[in-house]
Amino acid sequence: MSVDVATLDSHPEEDHVLPTRQHITGFGFYIYLLSDGILFAALFAAFAVLRGATDGGPDSHALFSARNALIETACLLTSSFTCGMAMLACDRRNRIMTLVGFLVTAALGVMFITLEVREFSDLIARGAGPDRSAFLSSFFTLVSTHGIHVTCGLIWLMVLLAQFLGRGFTSAMVRRFLCFSLFWHVLDVVWIAIFTFVYLIGGYL
Amino acid sequence: MTNQLHDPRRENRYTPGLETRGSHGSWRGYVIGYVLAILLTIAAFAIAPAKNMAPFSIEAALVVLAVAQMLVHLIFFLHISTAPEQKTNILAFTATMLIIGIVVIGSLWIMSHLASNMMPMDRVMNMQR
Amino acid sequence: MFGKLTLQAIPFDQPIIMGTCLVIIFGILAILGLITYKRKWSWLWTEWLTTVDHKRIGIMYTLLAMVMLLRGFSDAIMMRSQQALASGNAHGFLPPEHYDQIFSAHGTIMIFFMAMPFVVGLMNFVVPLQIGARDVAFPVLNSVSFWLTAAGALLINISLGVGEFARTGWLAYPPLSELPFSPGVGVDYYLWSLQISGVGTLLSGVNLVTTILKLRTPGMTLSKMPVFSWTALAANMLIVAAFPVLTATFSMLLLDRYLGMHFFSNDGGGNPMMYINLIWTWGHPEVYILILPAFGVFSEVIATFSRKPLFGYRSMVVATMSITLLAFTTWLHHFFTMGSGADVNGFFGITTMVIAIPTGVKIFNWLFTIYGGRVRFTSPVLWTIGFMVTFTIGGMTGVLMAVPPADFVLHNSLFLIAHFHNVIIGGVVFGCFAGLTYWFPKAFGFRLHEGLGKAAFWFWFVGFYLAFMPLYALGFMGMTRRMNHYDDPAWLPYILVAECGAVCILIGILLQIAQLVWSIRNRDQLSTDARDPWDGRTLEWSTTSPPPVYNFALLPKVEALDAYWEAKQSVDASPNLAYESIDIPKNSALGFVVAFFAVIGGFGMIWHIWWMGILALLAFFMLVAWRSWDEHDEYELTTADVVRLERTSLHSI
Repeated sequence: MSVDVATLDSHPEEDHVLPTRQHITGFGFYIYLLSDGILFAALFAAFAVLRGATDGGPDSHALFSARNALIETACLLTSSFTCGMAMLACDRRNRIMTLVGFLVTAALGVMFITLEVREFSDLIARGAGPDRSAFLSSFFTLVSTHGIHVTCGLIWLMVLLAQFLGRGFTSAMVRRFLCFSLFWHVLDVVWIAIFTFVYLIGGYL
Repeated sequence: MTNQLHDPRRENRYTPGLETRGSHGSWRGYVIGYVLAILLTIAAFAIAPAKNMAPFSIEAALVVLAVAQMLVHLIFFLHISTAPEQKTNILAFTATMLIIGIVVIGSLWIMSHLASNMMPMDRVMNMQR
Repeated sequence: MFGKLTLQAIPFDQPIIMGTCLVIIFGILAILGLITYKRKWSWLWTEWLTTVDHKRIGIMYTLLAMVMLLRGFSDAIMMRSQQALASGNAHGFLPPEHYDQIFSAHGTIMIFFMAMPFVVGLMNFVVPLQIGARDVAFPVLNSVSFWLTAAGALLINISLGVGEFARTGWLAYPPLSELPFSPGVGVDYYLWSLQISGVGTLLSGVNLVTTILKLRTPGMTLSKMPVFSWTALAANMLIVAAFPVLTATFSMLLLDRYLGMHFFSNDGGGNPMMYINLIWTWGHPEVYILILPAFGVFSEVIATFSRKPLFGYRSMVVATMSITLLAFTTWLHHFFTMGSGADVNGFFGITTMVIAIPTGVKIFNWLFTIYGGRVRFTSPVLWTIGFMVTFTIGGMTGVLMAVPPADFVLHNSLFLIAHFHNVIIGGVVFGCFAGLTYWFPKAFGFRLHEGLGKAAFWFWFVGFYLAFMPLYALGFMGMTRRMNHYDDPAWLPYILVAECGAVCILIGILLQIAQLVWSIRNRDQLSTDARDPWDGRTLEWSTTSPPPVYNFALLPKVEALDAYWEAKQSVDASPNLAYESIDIPKNSALGFVVAFFAVIGGFGMIWHIWWMGILALLAFFMLVAWRSWDEHDEYELTTADVVRLERTSLHSI
C-alpha cells in the first residue's frame, strides 16, 4: 500500500474545529464494526475449510432448508428497512414514528431469532448438533455468532427505547440510535454472506 | 472534549451512517435500496437450485449477487459514498475487505494444499489404534 | 456448587510454588497495609482506579508491564537454571510437568502482559499529547481496556496458586490443548485470561485509530504528524484487523473444550492445522503491533538527540504503512514444516523477505539521521543504538529462516528461539526502555538517574548477547526448544554461558529498579527543566511536566512537521491567551468494576462454576446498561479555572 502521503490530508475540518462527538463516536463504532467483520471472516474461513469434514455424518445438502433461510432473510432485510425508517423519523424528531419504526425492527428481529432457534433445535434433535462433526461445529458457530450479535442488538434496542421513552431526543440518544442503526445494517450485510455461502452454496452445490 | 454545545441536527456530513445534507435524507433511498435488495435476494434463491447450469457458474452468479446486495446495503442504508469527505471511511472499508480477502482466500489456499499433501485425519487416528 | 474446584487445586506439595505464593500474598498485604496506614484509599480510587485520563492510564499500563516483566523473567531464569542443571544423568529441579507450565507462562506473560501493555501504555500516554489532543476519543473505553488487560494478568497469576497453567506453549496448539490431552484447567486459564485481555486490546485499538484520525489539533494534517504517532496508527490498525482473528480462534478452541465441538479435535473431522493457520494469521501481525511503536520511539529519540529532523520522513511513513500491509501476507513462515508444499512455502518465503525491505529503509533513515548530527549519548540513545545493532542481527537470522529449506532444519530449534528473542528484546524491549527513559520526565516531572540508566543498559545489552548468541550455535547443533533435559554434554558449556547472560540481565533489571527508587527519592533534585529536558521537537514537550488534565488549554496551531521545534525557533512575544472553558470527562468506575466481574466470570468458567460465570455475565450487561443511563459524563472547567491552572503552572516552571 504505497500511499502518497500528501493525499492523506483528508482533514475535512477546514474551519479549524474538531469533529463533533456524534461524528467521533459514529466513526469509532464504524471501526469496531469493521473489526467485527474480520471476526466473521475468520469464522467463515473455518467454515469454508471444514465444509467437507462431516465425519460420515450429515452434510449441508441434507440439512439446510432454503425456505427457512428465505423467510429469515425477509425478516432481517425488512427490519433493516424499518430501522432506516426509524432513523428518518429520528431526524425529523418524530417521537411516535421513531418508536414505531424501532419496535417493528425489534419484532422482526425476534422473529428472525425464533426461526433460527427452531432450526437449531430441530437439527440437534435429529442428531446433527454442533458436536457431531467439524462441519456442524463450524456451521453452528458461524450462524450462532451472527444470532448472538442480533440478540445483543435486540437487548440493546430495548434498553435504548426504555431510555428514549424517558428523555426523548437528547444528543446522546441520537448518537446511540445512530450506532444501533450502523450495527443493525452491518448485521444484515453479514447475513447476506451467510445465506449465500452457507445456505445456498452449501445447501445446493 | 469540546466546549461547544452541538446541535445534533447540524452534524458532519461524513459520519458513517449519515447521508450527505446532514441528515438521513429521504424515503427514496431506503425504498430503492429495499426493493433492489429484495430483487437480488429472490434472484439468488431462484438461481441456486438450478440444475441446467454448471455448479461453478451458479456459485459465481451467487457471489456476484451477494456482493451486489452488500453494495446496495452500503450505499442505500449505510450511506457510504465516494464523496471526498468520506475518504477515510472508504479507505477503512477497503482495507478491511482486503484483510478479509487475505484471511479467507489465504486460509483456503494453505489448507487445501495441506489437505492434498497430508494423510487424512481419520487414517492418522487409525494408525494410533 | 463449586464445579471442579476443590482444595486439591492448591499445590501444597510444591515448595517452590508455595513459597512464591506466600511472598506474593505478603507483598500484596504489605501494599494494602501501607495504603491503609497512609489513608490513601480515596486518593487511589479517584486518582488512579477510576481515572479516564490517558496519561494516568498509560502509566498504569507501563507499571503493569514492568511488574509482569518480573514474573516473566523469573520464569526465564528458572528455565535457564533448569537447563544448566539437567545435562546427562542429572535431572534438574523442575520435573517436565512443571517445566512445561513455566515455559508456557513465560511466553504468554511476556507477549501479552509485558510487551503489549508496555507498548500500549507508551502509545496511550504520548499520542494524544503529540497530536495536540486533550485525550483519546473514548476515555471511559480506555479505562475499560486497561482494566480488562489487568484482569487477564490477574487470572494468569491466580493460576500459579490455584490449579495449574497450560503446558502447551504460549500458543496452545491442538490437539495437545484439546480436552483429551489437557483435561485440567491450565488451558482454560490461558484461554479465558487471553480472551478477556484481548477484548481490552481490541477496544483500545479502535480508540487509538479514532483518536489519531479524528482528534489531531487543527493544522496537523497527517503529513505533519510525528512519526511515533504514525507508527501508533499503524500498530492500532493492525490490532483492529488482527485481534478479531485471535478472538475467533480462541473461541473455537473454547467451544471444542466446553461444548464438545470438533474444530481442532483429532476426531469428528476436526483439523488441528486450521488452528495453527488461524492463530498465526493473528500471530504475525501481533509481532508487528509490538515492533512498529518501538520503531516510532527510535525515530523520535534519534532525531531529538541528533539535534536534526528525522531523515526521510516521507519514506519512513511509506515504509511503516508497507510493513502494516505486508504484515498480513507472511504468516505461513511460522509453519513452513506443516506440509503445505513448495508452492505455498515459496510464496510466503518471498513475502517474508520482502517485508525486510521497508525495515531496512527505516534503519538507513535512522543512520542518516545520526550522520551529520551532534549526538548526545544519553541512555535513550544507548538503547537506540543497542537496538540498531541487535535488531539487525535478529532480522538477518529471520531472513535466513525465511528460506523454507533452511527453516526445515531450524524450525523449533534454539536458533528460532534466539531469533525471536533477538528481535523482541533488541527491538521491542529496548524500544520500550528507550521510550520509558525518554518520556518519564514528561509523565512525572522529574528525570531518571542517568548513570544508573546507562549501567542498566550495559548489563541488559551484554546480558542479552551472552544469553542468546550461544542459542544460535545450539540450534545449529540440533538442540530443540522447550527441552527440560538433554543428553549431549557438548551443549552444556553454551547453556552455562546463556545462564551467565540471564544473570547479567537480572542485574540490569535490578539496576532499573534501583534507578526508579533512587530517582523517586531524589526527585526534587531531578526536577529542574523536566518540562523539556531533551530540547524536544514534538508537541508533547510544550506542556508542563506532568501536563494538566486537559493537556492543552488552547489547542496548538500546527503549521509544520516537528511543530514544537518550529514554535521554539519563532518566539511569540505575546501569545494569544483567549482561554475558554473546557469539558473534562468525569472519572468512571466502569472499567474497574467490569474487570472485577471479568475476573470472577473467568474464574467461574475455568472451574466450571456455571452460576458464577452466568452471574458475572449478567452483571456485565447490567453495569453497561446502568452506566449508559447517565448522559452527563463530563464536567466543565470554567474559563476562570483554566486561567488559574495555567497561571499556577507557569509560575512553577
